[in-house]
Amino acid sequence: MTARTLYDKIWDDHMVDQAEDGTCLLYIDRHLVHEVTSPQAFEGLRMTGRKVRAPQKTIAVPDHNVPTTLDRANAATMTEDSRIQVEALDKNAKDFGINYYPVSDVRQGIVHIVGPEQGWTLPGMTVVCGDSHTATHGAFGALAHGIGTSEVEHVLATQTLIQRKAKNFKVEITGSLRPGVTAKDITLSVIGATGTAGGTGYVIEYCGQAIRELSMEGRMTVCNMAIEGGARAGLIAPDEKTYAYCMGRPHAPKGAAWEAAVTYWKTLFSDEGAHWDKVITLKGEEIAPVVTWGTSPEDVLPITGKVPSPSDFTGGKVDAVQRALDYMGLTPGQNLSDIKIDTVFIGSCTNGRIEDLRAAAAILKGKKKKDGIRAMVVPGSGLVRAQAEEEGLAQIFIDAGFEWRLAGCSMCLAMNPDQLAPGERCAATSNRNFEGRQGRGGRTHLLSPAMAAAAAITGHLTDVRDLMTATV
Amino acid sequence: MDKFTKLTGIAAPMPLVNIDTDMIIPKQFLKTIKRSGLGVNLFDEMRYTLDGKEIPEFVLNQPAYRQAQIIVAGDNFGCGSSREHAPWALLDFGIRCVISTSFADIFYNNCFKNGILPIVMPQDVVDVLMEDAKKGANARQTVDLQAQTVTTSDGRVFPFEVDAHRKDCLINGLDDIGLTMVKAKSIDSFEQKAATLRPWA
Repeated sequence: MTARTLYDKIWDDHMVDQAEDGTCLLYIDRHLVHEVTSPQAFEGLRMTGRKVRAPQKTIAVPDHNVPTTLDRANAATMTEDSRIQVEALDKNAKDFGINYYPVSDVRQGIVHIVGPEQGWTLPGMTVVCGDSHTATHGAFGALAHGIGTSEVEHVLATQTLIQRKAKNFKVEITGSLRPGVTAKDITLSVIGATGTAGGTGYVIEYCGQAIRELSMEGRMTVCNMAIEGGARAGLIAPDEKTYAYCMGRPHAPKGAAWEAAVTYWKTLFSDEGAHWDKVITLKGEEIAPVVTWGTSPEDVLPITGKVPSPSDFTGGKVDAVQRALDYMGLTPGQNLSDIKIDTVFIGSCTNGRIEDLRAAAAILKGKKKKDGIRAMVVPGSGLVRAQAEEEGLAQIFIDAGFEWRLAGCSMCLAMNPDQLAPGERCAATSNRNFEGRQGRGGRTHLLSPAMAAAAAITGHLTDVRDLMTATV
Repeated sequence: MDKFTKLTGIAAPMPLVNIDTDMIIPKQFLKTIKRSGLGVNLFDEMRYTLDGKEIPEFVLNQPAYRQAQIIVAGDNFGCGSSREHAPWALLDFGIRCVISTSFADIFYNNCFKNGILPIVMPQDVVDVLMEDAKKGANARQTVDLQAQTVTTSDGRVFPFEVDAHRKDCLINGLDDIGLTMVKAKSIDSFEQKAATLRPWA
């Protein structure tokens, strides 16, 4: 048999039909749904009299619009249009009989955190959602990618997706990470190396020792941003850590079914000699804590670096960099670690899991945020929040002067009231630093939770390793 | 979905690279439960000041390009989120074709579902089309999907690639779901097979 990649194997096991021109019909095991990209799809079903083909494989949770303040049970905390979207999801979930975690449910949270947490996401599955950060679920060795609303309707009606196969891209991270360097630094560094279009047309498989050494939370952070590198999906082959994470989750198989599943999951790896269309290798030891300086996730540099100049670039990027520097209010040659910030946001589907909160709390323990800084932690789900309270992390954040919020997407995309004002500069653990992403005129620097915590303490972008040395 | 066959129209030049979906339609306009009406907010933050006045320099605010039906754009157009509101906003404004050196995957897919044709061309061709677009309203470009060509205002013809299935759907205005429903038996038999092979899924 021909040597195949992990992507090839999952693809082959989900192919329903292949047309002569190579267009395939791919079966979808899990369909995750949120309130922003689904109303028009459900409306389409109603207009055509179609049903949801597999409601038991469809899981919905409101996350983008929901307020994260403690008084959110009061409907007045939402704008009317947000409330209409959330109520539409309530109704659609009920009318079509799909699995649902409403705002009032402790399990509610960001869809990409809830899916794995509840055991809906398992190795070898195909997972889609009307959200580009669906790539997150690739951490389990599941083929997971974002789709548009028309495709949401297509999956609801048929449990399949029309797809053409992408190419195989291997991203290997050798060796081990240095202290203070995290999964976020890996994924940003990869985007820095390949560019935001470097993965277009590919599915990435992340591999190598540094990836194997990451926890499941860290692997989700890495895969989450595959889309920021342009890739359709990111994958990591499942291993003992994956099985351990899945075991006992509410929707994971049990007993003999579990044993059968693990036997199958153990076949999910790229064969020796499989064909790769593109390969890059980064050395884990050489990855530094990084921050973004511009308005594209590829605008990334080690925290020890300086703001670049447009003249450092070529082609269309020259004008784009000038525009980014004007927008960000930065000057070429400025030390990145001299950039003062107004706000710190810890959360999102990229970095809103328990390990992220632990990493930030480890830096903040016994310290306070700098006066005048607005700082908030938004756990990725109600269960992450509860666990962080149990572990004493919440108290560390509160003592450090952070707001301790309820779960949701929050300031990652600022569809709820958590937004930046024009000119406000934010150290954010989220995934996009686009113009206006966190609020019109807002300035975003992407970084890891530990780096965000360090910036909160000093009031400027900071090399977290300096604070770590100080505490030894 | 509206069919796409042949289009002759004004092309707006947008040479900026990495035009993302947040630029195309900022998040505050995603709170709709409809597909229509987003055209007025297309490129909102580039197009209007904070107090809602038009920014005259922005290309689609210039008299020559207010009726544009084609955008010639810098590399990696449509990167970012999966929001189909981006093609909905383009379509609602009147854009039926976007030409660039590359597109983000999800945006590219979403265009075809809404009767918009995204065309990938090599850099040297995009450069020619960009210069042609800069000539303004009198310089109309022609996009012929059947023939798979783009013709500049001065008659230079450039071929492009598009996959057969997507071309067929656009030319005939076909509904994907209806097409897939015809294959219901294949889906049934796949599900039966999978229930044995991967019962936990």
